[in-house]
Amino acid sequence: MSVGTLVTRLSTEMRRSRSIRLSGGILVAIAIIAIIGPFISPHSYLTTDFDGTFVRPTVNSFHLFGTDDLGRDLFVRTLMGVQVTLLVAIIASIVSLVIGVAYGAVAGYVGGRIDAVMMRAVDALYALPFIFLVILLMVVFERNFLLIFVAIGAINWLDMARIVRGQTISLKEREFVDAAKLIGVPAWKIIFRHITPNLLGVVIVYVTLTIPQAILVESFLSFLGLGIQEPQTSLGALVNGGVSQMERASWLLLIPAVLLATILLCFNFLGDGLRDLFDPRQQSK
Amino acid sequence: MLRFTLLRFLWAIPTLLLVIVLAFLMVHAAPGGPFDAERALPPAIEANIAAAYHLDEPLPQQFKRYLTGLLRGDFGPSYRYRDYTVAELIGNAIPVSLKLGVLAMALAVLVGIAAGTLAALRQNSVLDRLTMALAMSGISIPVFVVAPLLVLFFAVQMQWLPASWSGSSSGWRFLLPVVALALPQVAYVARLTRASMIEVLGSDFIRTARAQGLRTRTIIRHHAMKPAMLPVLSYMGPAIAAILTGSVVVEEIFGIPGVGQFFVRGALNRDYTLVLGIVIFYATLVITLNFIVDVLYGFLDPRIRHR
Repeated sequence: MSVGTLVTRLSTEMRRSRSIRLSGGILVAIAIIAIIGPFISPHSYLTTDFDGTFVRPTVNSFHLFGTDDLGRDLFVRTLMGVQVTLLVAIIASIVSLVIGVAYGAVAGYVGGRIDAVMMRAVDALYALPFIFLVILLMVVFERNFLLIFVAIGAINWLDMARIVRGQTISLKEREFVDAAKLIGVPAWKIIFRHITPNLLGVVIVYVTLTIPQAILVESFLSFLGLGIQEPQTSLGALVNGGVSQMERASWLLLIPAVLLATILLCFNFLGDGLRDLFDPRQQSK
Repeated sequence: MLRFTLLRFLWAIPTLLLVIVLAFLMVHAAPGGPFDAERALPPAIEANIAAAYHLDEPLPQQFKRYLTGLLRGDFGPSYRYRDYTVAELIGNAIPVSLKLGVLAMALAVLVGIAAGTLAALRQNSVLDRLTMALAMSGISIPVFVVAPLLVLFFAVQMQWLPASWSGSSSGWRFLLPVVALALPQVAYVARLTRASMIEVLGSDFIRTARAQGLRTRTIIRHHAMKPAMLPVLSYMGPAIAAILTGSVVVEEIFGIPGVGQFFVRGALNRDYTLVLGIVIFYATLVITLNFIVDVLYGFLDPRIRHR
């Protein structure tokens, strides 16, 4: 299946499924508002206003989501948080995608004893409580932005590797691989030029399911104060801030919390819907 | 069976060792020492401190010292809580964390299996759809969002339950933390149970049992439950890890003086030995419990053990 036919099939199938349409639509809307919103709002995410702390959500003075304990506009801060959260999640997913696809495709294609060893290693890594190692990493190395991407990506590649391996094993028996071998294409070129493009469908589905996991890890770290640092913010950091103010200003907790939950829910519905489309055997569990 | 158990055990040891080495190296690769204070200390004092904590030895020797200490249950001294060893801090915090975790796990398994079985029996009914929609929300919404929302509603707005741990001494103070911790796992267990129950209920031996005129309740209890529980059992490993991770957040939000809270405090204070100790403690726990789950699984499912 070429990339072109894949895209056409995707778009026709997606229009048919209501849950994909709805969750995809909500996500796109949130992303667009998060990108455009900060330009439209008269406030900046940084400016403090000690005469206007704990302003309730109001249309007057354009504090749509109110202000926080330092008088910063929550609307703009929340949108910044959404931007950061989505950015971290997408980059982390790309990291896990690259590692997972490369690892899985090589293991599946080479097969035999090397495959067995590589998959046993994946099994062993599954048992590791990665999240604690990531926390340790964040404690030790000054919470830098790049590290968050790499650390989260490094946790999430295991599932991808397993699924890609399974697909590769069935793909390598196909005629076009035989043909490539016959004309002397080297193994690495077969893997990356002929096999990987055909994994696209499965990979898209699992990336949609990796993104919410990455969001979860990032917001978990930020919630603990180990992720994104002030004055930058992410949804997890905002929820954390909201918790300490909730008796006084419940909107500081409610708005970011509901938004984070909505984003995660939409990604999970989207991923589930896509999986049902592409892989009817792997029904949602 | 013995061979299977032994093999699993042999896999658990290098895994744990790997965690210890990784964690140890990470801490020791840290830029700056643990005692970098705002004002610089005289070099002689710095050297003395380094010697007292054996930081002046070469790395392999430090690791050997740490590892032999671990075998004796000695995690070394805490860098920040000066009068305590890490083992004492963890030891004092274990009971409350354990209670929290066990209660949450029990709640997750009981409610999850019940809800999943009910949904499977009434597949595609309103009840089924509602349960699955709730389960999807449960999976998507993280503990650190659920927990504060529960507090906001039940403790701050309604004032039915205590908001913080120290504000009450009755058993009710366990309710919100346990529910917050269990909810995502309830959701996972319900989804797994539903999926595998539907599969089992469609299989031949259940049709035979139905043909014999057995009641649905008897079929579920005596025939379908055991095979349907296998995927749930295999999920127990990840569930334990998730409960541990969640307990870090829940203890922080409710102010419960458990292992998780020390972990967060240690992380924010850069108390390296404490964080290192707790990471190793958690890893040992996860790997041991995973091992037990694996062996149990092999016990229940002969297909696994004879592979």
